[in-house]
Amino acid sequence: MTTRTIAGKTVQVNDEGFMTDPAEWTREIAAEIAREEGVDPLSEAHWKVVEFCRQSAQDSGKAPTLRQITAGTGVTTKDLFALYPKGPAKKVARISGLGKPEGCV
Amino acid sequence: MADENRKIAFICSKGDLDMAYPALIMGWAALGNGIDVTMFFTFWGLDLVTKKRVDRLEIAPVANTSFKMSMMGLPTGNLGIPNWMGIIPGMTAFASWFMKTKMKGLGVPPVREYLEMLSDGGAKMYGCKMTVDMFGIKQEDFLPCIESVVTASDFMDMTEGAQIIFI
Repeated sequence: MTTRTIAGKTVQVNDEGFMTDPAEWTREIAAEIAREEGVDPLSEAHWKVVEFCRQSAQDSGKAPTLRQITAGTGVTTKDLFALYPKGPAKKVARISGLGKPEGCV
Repeated sequence: MADENRKIAFICSKGDLDMAYPALIMGWAALGNGIDVTMFFTFWGLDLVTKKRVDRLEIAPVANTSFKMSMMGLPTGNLGIPNWMGIIPGMTAFASWFMKTKMKGLGVPPVREYLEMLSDGGAKMYGCKMTVDMFGIKQEDFLPCIESVVTASDFMDMTEGAQIIFI
């Protein structure tokens, strides 16, 4: 376990760079990670996904899977991959300050 | 990150319900992780992508040594489903229904919907020319996820540098 400073705040991250404490997450951190991931700027549609993930993780303790995201937000699979191209599962989880999604679907 | 994107290709040669899922699950995981996915459907695997077969995939308990009574929640340990029982009319339908119910319980979508998700996520899917000719399948028989019918040689060209998984 290590720490890094994102958007002026020191947070805990694991070996793969995922934040380990969702409570340390801020919207500024999300915007900063999104820039690193090449998803910039975060539009309203992006935020809708991030906010769903935050809520879902708060309720279940786990980062939602892509299918849970599409089912929960009404965002289509096509749109989700367009919003977060090249690997939405990891990108969305990272930007939302959560761990890797644990489910397979 | 390397400039060249990681690529993975699946050759789907089986049309049984249980053998439909490995490529779908791994392919979906690959797309979620930013890996390019190509799927090539050949021989019985074409059942997964033909309109009249995709919703009727089955799993037969006959000669399947992994099929155990305990899968149905019975406290029977390693006791298998006897083959003579597997040939009773309706057993294959029952086993197929049972597996579909289990999958649904886990939130796993049916094959048709899964293919649509993969296609929407950017997976490229192709039918095998030789088998298509042999089975007499037409383009309109396929689900819309199938882009075209290609030869084995085309498949080799389009999967250069990819990791290939045969199922």
